[in-house]
Formats: sequence, structure tokens, C-alpha cells
Amino acid sequence: MKQVLTIILILTIGGIKLNAQTKGKTKKTVQTDVVSASVLANGQKVYNQYCLSCHMADGGGVQNMNPPLIKTTYVLGDKTRLIKIALNGLAEEIEIDGEVYTNVMPSHGFLKDQEIADVLTFVRNSFGNKASAIKASEVKAIRAEKK
Amino acid sequence: MKKSVLIPVLLSAMVFIALYSFKDISNSHLKGNGPIPDADNAGLKLPEGFGALKVAELGAKARHLVVTPQGDIYVKLARSKEEKGIIVLHESSDGKAQVTGGFGNYGGTGIYLKDGYLYASSNQEVFRYKLDAQNKVIDPNKPEKIITGLKAGRQHETKSLVLDNNGNVYVNIGVNSNSCQEQDRGLRSPGIEGCPLLDSMAGIWQFKAKELNQSYGQGVRFATGLRNVVGLDWNQQNNQLFVMQHGRDNLNSSWPELYNEKESAEVPAECLYALKQGDNAGWPFMYYDQIQHKKIVAPEYGGDKKKEADSKFIDPAVAFPGHMAPNGLLFYTGNMFPEKYKNGAFIAFHGSWNRAPEPQKGYFVVFQPFKDGKPSGDWEVFADNFAGTPEKAAAGRADHRPCGLAQGSDGSLYVTDDVKGAIYRIVYNKK
Ligand code: HEC
Repeated sequence: MKQVLTIILILTIGGIKLNAQTKGKTKKTVQTDVVSASVLANGQKVYNQYCLSCHMADGGGVQNMNPPLIKTTYVLGDKTRLIKIALNGLAEEIEIDGEVYTNVMPSHGFLKDQEIADVLTFVRNSFGNKASAIKASEVKAIRAEKK
Repeated sequence: MKKSVLIPVLLSAMVFIALYSFKDISNSHLKGNGPIPDADNAGLKLPEGFGALKVAELGAKARHLVVTPQGDIYVKLARSKEEKGIIVLHESSDGKAQVTGGFGNYGGTGIYLKDGYLYASSNQEVFRYKLDAQNKVIDPNKPEKIITGLKAGRQHETKSLVLDNNGNVYVNIGVNSNSCQEQDRGLRSPGIEGCPLLDSMAGIWQFKAKELNQSYGQGVRFATGLRNVVGLDWNQQNNQLFVMQHGRDNLNSSWPELYNEKESAEVPAECLYALKQGDNAGWPFMYYDQIQHKKIVAPEYGGDKKKEADSKFIDPAVAFPGHMAPNGLLFYTGNMFPEKYKNGAFIAFHGSWNRAPEPQKGYFVVFQPFKDGKPSGDWEVFADNFAGTPEKAAAGRADHRPCGLAQGSDGSLYVTDDVKGAIYRIVYNKK
């Protein structure tokens, strides 16, 4: 009984914290999946160090060179495909929401499973995006598949 | 007695009238039947006495352009629009232009006019179109394919071009790599030994203007060690090719232990090179550090940000701050602008991205004074505020990005923008 109470308490506090943080930006948080503030903070740290130089602070990318990470099918869509992009990089003649981008994305396989999970979760829940979190175990599974 | 007085009076009156009407003719491009600057100078910030108008806005990625004495403008588009890769416009007397047609269903950057031909490039080929006496393309559907089979990677794929006065075409073949790393732009990824990409990319190749279907076998690698060149021009004063290199990126993201974000934003320099046949500008083995004023060994090839590179690599003629992306170079030979601009270089800086998280820079046209074919004195920003506001420039979210440059026969300076396809015309209107 005591345990259940503590869990409820933690969840409520977590929810309030998240709500307070995103107030004014998006109101449709909570319920489906609660992304903890610490995951977002870690994700942002990884983003600033390894992704920002190409995809920019606002996630808007660079015209003709680096694609935006705002509501693209890659960011919001299939998790496996997204995790593979982070692990292996991307340099293909593809259209990303109607535009082509000429730069290459290097592999970020040197990041730890948790770092990849956090940064992708951060991307999926920033710049106006809203999508489920990615867990370290999912990254781990896909990394293992590769070998 | 009376007669002898009358004659000089009449004569001076005639001289006076003649001078006056001449003055009128020389200013006619500004009064009534000449380009009229927009009230806001098309949003640009210019030196005192200059004005600008927006000639047209194409809604397409306008790259390089040429303007004929007859008031036709040929603009090369990065990607063709409605199956037209070259857009043709005609100017009316107030300077505004209407699209009159288009041809050439291929994207690209390079376009140049010389001795009765229009030259234009896709990302792998160069075509030329014969012009009539009015500088109109005679048969837009039947160009001569003079160069073919040039390598084009995913990055630095455009082929800029210029001609000399001896029937040669110079074409940039940029390299599809940042610094010839084993893993392009990868973290601490080393350089590939000897960089084999240099055999067919990362240089300027020379071809014959009037021969068909030339490729690497028929061309000459005129200069090497140039990562990517977009802006280039032939200096008529000393009969020499000048190019603006796009310097390497990612010093911090690939080598965080050696370069902090600030250093990585500032260096390496964007370099203007004066080229002779056989020159080597050193990519990927070195880069030019405009703060130390030295050629520095690239970290991919054993550099530690201080070690100096082999002196066989050429020095730049001018070194500009990093990452500003020089996309247009033009030596000004016109008579409209004040004397100091004559034979100097205008450079269109497309604007940076690889300075993040530091503020972005560029999005302007710079003037570099020249004397006797050599840079002389400091460069200055000539036309600014293509971005719209300083904040938009700093964030890299520019409304317009300057790309191509051309000179009108009256001495106006034309600038393209490849965000919205604006074509600007800058005129001098001080009396
Ligand atoms: C060196 C520049 C560079 C870096 C650093 C970089 N990317 Fe990319 N990224 C690109 C480019 C270029 C593409 C598109 C490649 C293509 O078209 O084949 C891309 C594509 C993507 C895509 C899929 C397309 C889209 O826009 O949705 C995602 C998602 C992505 N990157 C996320 C990241 C994340 C997360 C990081 C940091 C861990 C990162 N990138 C780091 C350049 C970069």
C-alpha cells in the first residue's frame, strides 16, 4: 500500500513538473507517455554537442544542406528507422518532405544507448514535435541486430 | 568689331548647350528612362550614393546570372522549374524585368557569356548556346555539349565556370567530402592517406570552349587542393583566374579536443586565390588560419592547430572570416560606380551555417579594393541586410541569400538570391 502511494506521488509530481515546464508551448502533454524532464535535459545536452552544428538550435536545419527536424516523417515516424539514422548516419539521395539535402550525416554510433535514446526523445518532443519516447533498450536491440 | 564679339559669344553658347545635353545623356539612365531605385532600396543597406531595386522575384533558386547590353537577363536555377533551368527576363526602361521564357531542363549554377555564346552548366556537364547579334539564344533546344561526365557528389556538386580570352573554359569540380576523412564529418575520423579524391575533384579544370564532349581525358587539371569553388572570375587587368574557396567545416564537431566552438566558427578562412597553372591550395592537408596568418596542417593529417603546412601550398590573396560561403565573385570594370571600385572585386557571401552555436555570418556583398591586379587595402561590406534583420542573419534564417553577381552594360551591379529568387540591381545615383 505504502509503495503504491509513493508511486502515485512520484507520478503526480512528475506530471506537474512537466506541465509547468511546457506551459504555454504545448498543452497536450502527459497521459500517453510522460517524458521526464531529466531525459529531455540529457537529450538536449547531447543535441547541443552533436547535432546542433548541422540541424541548428531551432531544429530548422540549413536550406539545401541539412534537413529540419521539425515534424518530418523521419522524426515522428518509425522508431527503428530513426534509431538507425542516429547509429549509422545518412547519405542518400532522398527527399525529406519534398526537399533534397546535400550534406552527409555522419554515424553517431559512438554515443551510448542511453544518449541516443535521450537525444531522439528530445528531438521527438522539441521544435513543435510530439511523439513517444525512445528507450535505451530499443537502441540496444537495434545496435545488436546490426552486428 | 560687332561681328568679332558675336562669334565667341555664339560659340560659347553652343559649347554650353552641347555640354548640357551631354550631361543629360549621361544621366539619362537615372532620369525618366533608367533604372529607378525602390523607395527602400529593395531592403538593402548600401554606401552613400547607391540605390537598389528589385528587378524581379522568380520564386526559384536563382544561382549565377548574366545580363546582356540589350537588357536580357539569363538566370541559372539550382533546380529547374517547370522544365526550365535557365530563365530569361527582359528589362523595361525603369529597370523592372518580366520573364520572357526559359530553356535547358537541368539544374545547376554556372552561366557565362563570352564571344557570341552563352555557356551554362548542369552539375556534370557544360553546354553552350550560340547567340545572335542581339545576344539572344538562337536555338535553345540544341546546345553544344562541350564538357560531360564530370563527377558530382552529394555535396559541393555545382560546376561554376568562367572563360579566359584564349578560348578556354575553367570549371570548378568541388569534392564530395569535407576534409577527406575516412568517415566524412565523423568524430575524430582520420584523413585518407594521400586523398585519392584529388585525381578527379577538388580543383579547377581547364577545357576548350569550342570542342565537343570533353571529359577528364581532354581537360587539364589547372589547379588542385581547392575543396569547393562557387564564385570565380577572370581578372582582365592581369589576365588571371581568381577563385573563392569554400573552406572546410566541422573543426569542433570532428576534433572537439583541439578546437572549441568559437575557434571552429572563426577558422579556417574563406580564401580568395589568384591561380596559375599547376597551383595547389592544399586541401585537405591544410587550411588557412586568418588569425595566425598561417597555413596550418589539418587535424585529419596530423595537425595540432599550430603545426605549419608545407610551403609548397599557395597563399591566399585575401583571407575572409570562416564559413561565410562566397558564392559570387566579380571584378568590376564598369564606369557607373566611383573610381575606387574600378577593377576591384565584389564577393557575394551566401551566409554561414557552420558557425552554430555562435551567431551566423555573411548574407552580404563585400568589396575588396584592387590595384594593378592585386588586392590593395581592406575589404568592406558593400551591400548588407539581404537577411532582413541582424537577428535573422545571426540565426541563419535569412529572407534572402546573395549568390550570383553580374555587371550590366551601364555599370550596374546585379545580385541574385537563391531563397526567393530575387534579382537585385545596385546603381550609383549621386550627382
Ligand atoms: C554533419 C552534419 C550533421 C550532424 C552532426 C547531424 N546530422 Fe542529422 N542529418 C544531416 C543530413 C545532411 C541529413 C540528411 C541526409 C540525407 O539526405 O541523406 C540528416 C538527416 C537526419 C534525420 C532524418 C531526416 C529528417 O530531417 O528528419 C534525422 C532524424 C537526423 N538527421 C537527426 C540527427 C541527430 C539526432 C543528430 C545528432 C545525434 C544529427 N542528426 C547530427 C546532417 C547532420
